[in-house]
Amino acid sequence: MSAPAESPHPAASARIPPKLGGAAASGAAAPAGPGPAPHQQNGPAQNQMHVPSGYGLHPQNYIAPSGHYPQGPGKMTSLPLDSQCGDYYSGLYIVPTQNVVTPNTANQQPGAQQMYGRGPPAPHIVGSTPGPFQGAASSASHLHTSASQPYSPFVNHYSSPAMYSANSSVASQGFPSTCGHYAMSTVSNAAYPSVSYPSLPAGDPYGQQMFTSQNAPTVRPVRDNSFSGHSTAISHSSPLPPPPSHQYHQQQSLSGCSTLSWSASGLPSTQDNLLRNHSGSLATANSNPTNTVADSLSCPVMQNVQPLKSSPVVSSVLSGASSTRTPPAANRPVEPVASVTQPSELLQQKGVDSSSTTSSASPVPNSYDALEGGSYRDMLSSSASSPAPDPAPEPDPAPASAPTAPQPSKMAKPFGYGYPTLQPGYQNATAPLNSGVPPSSPVYSGFQQYAQYPGMNQLSSSLGGLSLQSSPQPESLRPVNLTQERNILPMTPVWAPVPNLNLDLKKLNCSPDSFRCTLTNIPQTQALLNKAKLPLGLLLHPFRDLTQLPVITSNTIVRCRSCRTYINPFVSFIDQRRWKCNLCYRVNDVPEEFMYNPLTRSYGEPHKRPEVQNSTVEFIASSDYMLRPPQPAVYLFVLDVSHNAVEAGYLTILCQSLLENLDKLPGDSRTRIGFMTFDSTIHFYNLQEGLSQPQMLIVSDIDDVFLPTPDSLLVNLYESKELIKDLLNALPNMFTNTRETHSALGPALQAAFKLMSPTGGRVSVFQTQLPSLGAGLLQSREDPNQRSSTKVVQHLGPATDFYKKLALDCSGQQTAVDLFLLSSQYSDLASLACMSKYSAGCIYYYPSFHYTHNPSQAEKLQKDLKRYLTRKIGFEAVMRIRCTKGLSMHTFHGNFFVRSTDLLSLANINPDAGFAVQLSIEENLTDTSLVCFQTALLYTSSKGERRIRVHTLCLPVVSSLADVYAGVDVQAAICLLANMAVDRSISSSLSDARDALVNAVVDSLSAYGSTVSNLQHSALIAPSSLKLFPLYVLALLKQKAFRTGTSTRLDDRVYAMCQIKCQPLVHLMKMIHPNLYRIDRLTDEGAIHVNDRVVPQPPLQKLSAEKLTREGAFLMDCGSVFYIWIGKSCDNNFIEDVLGYPNFASIPQKMTHLPELDTLSSERARSFITWLRDNRPLSPILHVVKDESPAKTEFFQHLIEDRTEAAFSYYEFLLHIQQQICK
Amino acid sequence: MAFTFAAFCYMLSLVLCAALIFFAIWHIIAFDELRTDFKSPIDQCNPVHARERLRNIERICFLLRKLVLPEYSIHSLFCIMFLCAQEWLTLGLNVPLLFYHFWRYFHCPADSSELAYDPPAVMNADTLSYCQKEAWCKLAFYLLSFFYYLYCTCDVCVFEPV
Repeated sequence: MSAPAESPHPAASARIPPKLGGAAASGAAAPAGPGPAPHQQNGPAQNQMHVPSGYGLHPQNYIAPSGHYPQGPGKMTSLPLDSQCGDYYSGLYIVPTQNVVTPNTANQQPGAQQMYGRGPPAPHIVGSTPGPFQGAASSASHLHTSASQPYSPFVNHYSSPAMYSANSSVASQGFPSTCGHYAMSTVSNAAYPSVSYPSLPAGDPYGQQMFTSQNAPTVRPVRDNSFSGHSTAISHSSPLPPPPSHQYHQQQSLSGCSTLSWSASGLPSTQDNLLRNHSGSLATANSNPTNTVADSLSCPVMQNVQPLKSSPVVSSVLSGASSTRTPPAANRPVEPVASVTQPSELLQQKGVDSSSTTSSASPVPNSYDALEGGSYRDMLSSSASSPAPDPAPEPDPAPASAPTAPQPSKMAKPFGYGYPTLQPGYQNATAPLNSGVPPSSPVYSGFQQYAQYPGMNQLSSSLGGLSLQSSPQPESLRPVNLTQERNILPMTPVWAPVPNLNLDLKKLNCSPDSFRCTLTNIPQTQALLNKAKLPLGLLLHPFRDLTQLPVITSNTIVRCRSCRTYINPFVSFIDQRRWKCNLCYRVNDVPEEFMYNPLTRSYGEPHKRPEVQNSTVEFIASSDYMLRPPQPAVYLFVLDVSHNAVEAGYLTILCQSLLENLDKLPGDSRTRIGFMTFDSTIHFYNLQEGLSQPQMLIVSDIDDVFLPTPDSLLVNLYESKELIKDLLNALPNMFTNTRETHSALGPALQAAFKLMSPTGGRVSVFQTQLPSLGAGLLQSREDPNQRSSTKVVQHLGPATDFYKKLALDCSGQQTAVDLFLLSSQYSDLASLACMSKYSAGCIYYYPSFHYTHNPSQAEKLQKDLKRYLTRKIGFEAVMRIRCTKGLSMHTFHGNFFVRSTDLLSLANINPDAGFAVQLSIEENLTDTSLVCFQTALLYTSSKGERRIRVHTLCLPVVSSLADVYAGVDVQAAICLLANMAVDRSISSSLSDARDALVNAVVDSLSAYGSTVSNLQHSALIAPSSLKLFPLYVLALLKQKAFRTGTSTRLDDRVYAMCQIKCQPLVHLMKMIHPNLYRIDRLTDEGAIHVNDRVVPQPPLQKLSAEKLTREGAFLMDCGSVFYIWIGKSCDNNFIEDVLGYPNFASIPQKMTHLPELDTLSSERARSFITWLRDNRPLSPILHVVKDESPAKTEFFQHLIEDRTEAAFSYYEFLLHIQQQICK
Repeated sequence: MAFTFAAFCYMLSLVLCAALIFFAIWHIIAFDELRTDFKSPIDQCNPVHARERLRNIERICFLLRKLVLPEYSIHSLFCIMFLCAQEWLTLGLNVPLLFYHFWRYFHCPADSSELAYDPPAVMNADTLSYCQKEAWCKLAFYLLSFFYYLYCTCDVCVFEPV
């Protein structure tokens, strides 16, 4: 690969320069337009850049480069246009690529541009690098670094993953040095493009990471440049040309000033990058992109990246420039797939991020990383959707081109306005590029290169602001004729769209896994929002497990004095002593302590502090934040031991799990634990230290419950461990002969409340039947004949407010109640769930649980308990969500109690809890270009520390309807709609809720058709960003919670509703729209590497029986359940290799495990399933379903695109919508 | 011929209307209390405050709930009186509100013994602002009707047709 690549370089380079110039020019022109200017004014982030006094210097430098650029552009300007590009390229290249793919390609191109930019400085390097790369395939990254000699020192930093990890917590210690690194890295990057291809196949994660990090640095400079440019010109758009110069400056001078500017934006991102790289293949992909477009193109990893953002828009604009990029295309040739998509911007961002990370030294890869970088978001999202926890960057290399291609399409939607046009060009270009990659880099001189970068960035940012104006149609706005598009579902998981921000902000932004908005472009006015007919809201996953999280210990937590916002990356520093709040615009003083940066140990750089470098941070709160000592971890288990419960046999499993995990219960030395059991009486257990054995105390007065010995029922876990173990060993057999069938749940809960009142904590309630005694007793309300009624579904609301009141009391005493309902018959979950809903607990439901008759449920309980007992927990928490003045929140969804209009009271917070908030626009946002949302979660950790976790999300404001549509995050929108529909079903009726869902599609599509799209109304047209909307809504209508006409037990329905309300987005999406894969032909094509495992990445299949063939085996991932469907004529080799049975007939009916066979296909299938399983709160159980077994109805009900007796097929649904629209 | 049944109705409604105005004002104050949490932000995180606040909310909601029936029944009484007094215009003015009250009363979630003002629900910014608006509108309506009744009382009693 390397050899060909090199040869092309020269030629390519020759072409490239002009194009680049053109791109830069176009970019500059675009910014000049109205769009950019407004942004800057309002945007807090922009201010940051300006602030540093030292920056002034940079601008000057920039100017010179910019001059050059304009010249270039003048000639090339026309190129950017879609038509021209497309024609030009198409003519030259035969790039058959499809529309979908195009976005990706566009991205790739940008990346290529970046590469080139970098390349120029280190043209020599390029030549040398290839060699190393090739060698490196496995350990490539290191080699690469070495290849670029000057850089090598830097490289070392990046290359060693260990280094990163070490850094992780602290964020930005090494900034100053980083700058140097960056410069270095840029060079290396240049080299990369050519080299990268060879390395790709090897797919060493590390090597890629290295690359990315290196690249990232380069990228950063670009951003910085752009920023400086901004400062000079005041408008964001302007930055484009200048940025190049900036890079140089930074690299060359590495002066403190330049570093400062970087640090602000870059550090966080870098961390993210690092994290990402480590964490998952996706992450790696991102990083790779940053490094070099070519890399990304060549590497599957890159494909992953694409989704990211494809910073597409900008890149598209650049596309004019992109012609220059064609060289990158060369890279592509290597890899056939267009996956390359990653936009240059993305790359840059990534690069920046990575660099920053390195500097910050927080390698914390995981989710965090994703959060920070805009581009990362995609990655993150992807990771979220797929268990991407793994840090291995490697995955990317391996990735098959095929998968990537699909991803890009999705990714592209949100972002790149410009992309669509560019894409065609790019694709074509790519084909030619095969040879040409290298050229680009050689051609450019350092400055020019930089200029290109900035241009890209600027363009993207400007586009974001301007939106469609400059580029005819962003990919996300590409009209899709829904009724004619047969394969609407992309082949790869859908990523979260990346907000159309400038690169700095993008990389700083919160990960979409933690924080998503249904509209990534916020409409300026409520009127505009009403016109769009789309829901506006946030989806939060605030307490997510993060592998990397900057934790800040500081005496003074800097907050706005009027709105109490925590300082965040999107505030602007007016000067070194003052900062302007980005939510209320108040100017605040920077406290003296904040002037000192503990990471760099330097003074006078407040904008480099980790708080300002990371959008997700955690503060350790000072004593100001607690008026009583932090509460200890207190756990109380309330267990049903009536006949029914003993018969079901859950006690054995629970006690076993508790015994195993007793030492892993989160808590410090003060941890306390207690047990209660109940049937028609309530039994307490005295476990006071010093007793020889547990003492059971029975209270039979259930009308007036009292605590027999209040002091010794909750005991210290460590002091009484032996007694606790004795009790747990004895419990399962204590009630085996009970004949008591009544259940006095209400009184038991009252007793538990009394017991917990002094401390607060967590109550886990295990219930197996309808409570039949004392307060809170319930009657059966379900009429089995109504289960499949198509008309009215009653009893979705609680029958009594006893449980609600109890929950509120508990919430007031900082006690959460978690409910485990294990019942074989109706138990009125609608009423019982209230005890958890309002006390911030969680609900688990195991229908027809029996430890021997239903082993899969027993296994599920066991796994869930393991997670439940050992997962992180926060006590006495409150969460406050703030947003920029003008926006207001109403209607929260999730499990909590709303204490004042923006304050959620959470007695407990767990990592599996998701929340949703609906927003409205109260004042016009015309005088701002950015809005920010901040979630602050104050909680007591299990170690007794008071901590505050802060997430900040920044989104652009747009004024045109088209931009609003371009920025739709369809998954977030569907999750918010599902939440709203649940509320509607309970407060009104199920049929109302269903109508509302259908109307949501009809309204938004007809609004789009009548305002944005100019096409004829004969067809059902949706913007590409919304193309999955009807499919998802149909999926919702067929979901257990909302379906009618299919027999659904009331408890199942209510449980599904509870799930919708409190699951985080990633998990909820799987529940709504399962993923279907064909697994009998898994190959390593496009596979990713996770923790030294090769994980195949089969393409997604649409959920229709037409995709099922008798010869195949399919895996359906429904979030909490996996089904493997085996076709009748499935290949015997597969059955034997994977399932361990000789033929189809011998497969047992109930099979819940895949045997560990020593065959390649078995290994692939298992590694794929394990990968899917990772990071799920509810460990999925696996069902092997034979084609003819009765269980197949379970499987087939998830094929939501097919027609059922009571519901439309997808096509019919589309026709129905079309009819409604035409009315 | 001054003192007709109609005149009696108007005088009685005048008095009761004053009561309704007080109810409406109380509602407005109560919702305002629910909406604002004056404690300092740090204090809000204090568990003790959390408890107080929660009790406060529950107490207010309890009172609000207690006031629903009296208010609705007083207003229904108006309508019945005016119906008997054959004051069609006045009745016509009151009927829309009467229907609204019926709708509010019977349109509560199924299976719930609660009326409106359920603490978790009422704290919703959406619901809260709706309730507040409703209270303001009612206040305006009752105030206007107060003066209207005053006028009518005079009209019926003093300016009797010759």
